[in-house]
Amino acid sequence: MIRIEKLHKSYPMGKDSLHVLKGINLHIKEGEFVSIMGSSGSGKSTLLNIVGLLDEHDEGNYFLNGQLIKNLNEKKAALLRNKFLGFVFQSFNLISYKTALENVALPLYYKGMNRKERLKVALDYLDKVGLKDWANHLPNELSGGQKQRVAIARALVTKPKVVLADEPTGALDSITSDSVMDLLKDINNEGMTVFVITHEEEVAAQTKRIVRLKDGLIISDELTKAVKAAKAV
Amino acid sequence: MKFLFDSDTWQEIYGSIRKNKVRTIITIIGVLWGIFLLVVLLGAARGMENGFNKLFGNFATNSVFVWTQSTDTPFKGFQKGRRFSLNTNDIESLKSEYSKEIRLLAPRNQTNNLVVHNFKSGDFKVSGDYPVLDQIQKKKLIYGRFLNKNDILSIAKVAVISEDMYKRLFDKNVMPIGEYIKINAINYKVIGVYEPSNTIDFDGDTAYIPFSTYKKVYNTANKIDWMMITAHEGTNIEQMEKDILLTLKNLHKVHPDDERAFGSVNLGKEIGKVTGFLTGMQFLTWFVGIATLIAGVFAIGNILLITVKERTKEIGIRRALGATPKSIRQQIILESVFLTTVAGMLGIIFGALVLFFIDWKFGQGEDAALVNPTVDIPIILIAFVTLVILGTLIGLIPAHMATVVKPIEALREE
Ligand SMILES: Nc1ncnc2c1ncn2[C@@H]1O[C@H](COP(=O)(O)OP(=O)(O)OP(=O)(O)O)[C@@H](O)[C@H]1O
Ligand SMILES: [Mg+2]
Repeated sequence: MIRIEKLHKSYPMGKDSLHVLKGINLHIKEGEFVSIMGSSGSGKSTLLNIVGLLDEHDEGNYFLNGQLIKNLNEKKAALLRNKFLGFVFQSFNLISYKTALENVALPLYYKGMNRKERLKVALDYLDKVGLKDWANHLPNELSGGQKQRVAIARALVTKPKVVLADEPTGALDSITSDSVMDLLKDINNEGMTVFVITHEEEVAAQTKRIVRLKDGLIISDELTKAVKAAKAV
Repeated sequence: MKFLFDSDTWQEIYGSIRKNKVRTIITIIGVLWGIFLLVVLLGAARGMENGFNKLFGNFATNSVFVWTQSTDTPFKGFQKGRRFSLNTNDIESLKSEYSKEIRLLAPRNQTNNLVVHNFKSGDFKVSGDYPVLDQIQKKKLIYGRFLNKNDILSIAKVAVISEDMYKRLFDKNVMPIGEYIKINAINYKVIGVYEPSNTIDFDGDTAYIPFSTYKKVYNTANKIDWMMITAHEGTNIEQMEKDILLTLKNLHKVHPDDERAFGSVNLGKEIGKVTGFLTGMQFLTWFVGIATLIAGVFAIGNILLITVKERTKEIGIRRALGATPKSIRQQIILESVFLTTVAGMLGIIFGALVLFFIDWKFGQGEDAALVNPTVDIPIILIAFVTLVILGTLIGLIPAHMATVVKPIEALREE
C-alpha cells in the first residue's frame, strides 16, 4: 500500500537547510495498523505529511498503492488524497462554520456527490462514530472527543484505503483517547490501513506495529506485543 | 460553467459569506459606495444640466439676433457714422437666400408707451410681432391666446399682455380677456395674458400687438428694429451668422469689413460657454466616479486577500479533503463576483433613492437648482458590468494566492 525507499526531506532554513528525514525505508501493507513514535522533532509529522501528499519529499521513492509519486501536480494530488487518503489531525481541523454533518459531507462534495446523497452517507458515518444526534451541531458545541470522532467520520466517509492520523489523541484525556482508539481499531478490523503518530506508549500499544524514529532515521520497527503473542499461539 | 448552476456551489458560497459577516459587509460597503457615488454624481450633474437647459428652456437656443447700429467705415460714397434700418425686404431676401438654414425668422419693432386701463396706467414695452415669436420664445398663456395669422392679416387692434401688466392695470377678479386697454390713445382688445418667463427673456413686461398693426399705428413703413433668427437643427450657426451679416451688409451698401454697422448676438455661442462648464462638470463626475469604483474594487480584492489569509487554514483543510486548486479558485472568484454584484445592485438602488430624495427636496418648483436628476440606464449597466469584470479579475489574485501554498503550509497556519 505504502512503500518508501531511501526517503530524504530537508527544510530550507535561511542559507542552510535542516535535514529532517535522512533515508527512511518503510513498507506498509494493506490492512496494517501502524504507529510511529519518536521524540519531538524527530520528523514524524514530516513523514506523515509526505505520505499524505500534503508535502513533497526531496529524494528517494514513494509508491502509494503501487503508483510512484513524483512531480505530482496539485490537481492530481488532490484527486489522490480524495480517493485514497483520510486525515485525522491532532487539532481536529473541522471547519468552524459548518455543522458536524456538513463537515463530514465535505470530502464527498469534492468527490462530486450530490447534496442529498452525501448528507445521507455522512449521517451514516456520524452514526458509526456514535454522533448521529449531534449532526446539526457546530464544532464549538462539541467536546474534544466528539470533535475528533467527527474528524474520523470525515476521514472515513470517502472509504479511503489509508487513514493517516497525526496524534489523534494528543488533545484528549485518556478515556476519550480510548474511545477514539477503539474507533480506529474498528476501522482497521474492517480492512483499512491505519497509520498513526503518537507520543503515548499506551496508544501505540493498541496498534499492531510500532515504528520508532530518531533524528530522521528509523531505529526500530516491530510488531506490538499483543500481535506477537497472537502469532505465537 | 456547469458549476455555476450547481446548488452545492452556492451552498458553499452562502455558507462562507454568512459566516464571515464582517468582511462581507465591509466588502459590500466598499463597492456600494463607489457605484453609489457614481450614480449620485452623474444624476446631480444631469440635474444641473437640466436646470441650465430649463433656464434657456423657452428659448430656441440655436438663435441669432441682428440689429443695426451705425457704420464705422465709409463705403460707396457714404460717410462713416451713417445710420440705417433693417427693412421687410431684407427679411424676404434672407428667407429666400437662406431657406436651408433658417427655420424661423421674427422681425420685430418695439417701443415704450403708456398703457392705460380705466384709471390705472403704466409704462410698458410695446412690441409689434408675428405669431412666429411664440415658437422662438415660447409664451405660457394664463388666459386666452397669443397673436395669430388672422390678427396680422386683419390688422387687428388686439394685444397680449403679461401677468404683471394685468395685475397692475386690472382690478382683482376682473377677467381681462375681451377688455380694452389704451396704448398711445388707441384701444386694443386684450386677447391673452402670459406668465412671466422664469428663464432668460429679452422682452420683460411687453404688450404684444400684431406686426401689421404696429406698422400702421406707429407709421414705421418697411422699417424693422431687429430680428430673431432660429436655425434648423444641425446648421453651423456661427457660419450662418457671418453669412447673413455679409448679405445684409451687401444689401445696405455697408463695407464688408464694417464691424459696427450691425449688432448681433449668437445665443448658441453664449450658451456654449455654459455648456462647456457643464461638460467639465460631467468629466469631473466621471473621473471621480470611476476612480471611486476602482478604489472600491481594489478594496474588494484587498479584503478578499485578507480573507484568503484568514481562511488559509480552512483552505488547507479543504485541500487535504480533496479540493482541487480549480475548485478553490472557482469558489473564491465566484464569491468575489457575487459580492460585487450584490454590492453593485445595492449601490444603484441606494443611489437611485438618493436621487429620488434630491429631486423631491431640491428638484421641485420653478427655480429648482436641479431638475430631473437622472442617470441613463446603459451607463449604469456599463458601470455595473465593468464592476463585475473588475471584481472577477481582482478575485483572481487571492484565488491564486490560496492555491500556490502547499496544503501543509496552509494547514500549519493558525
Ligand atoms: N515547514 C517547516 N519549515 C522548517 N522546519 C520545519 C518545518 N516543519 C517542520 N520543521 C522542522 O523539522 C523537524 C521535524 O518536524 P516534525 O514536525 O516532523 O516533528 P515531529 O516529529 O512531528 O515533532 P512533534 O512530536 O513535536 O510533533 C523539526 O525540527 C521542525 O522544527
Ligand atoms: Mg508532529
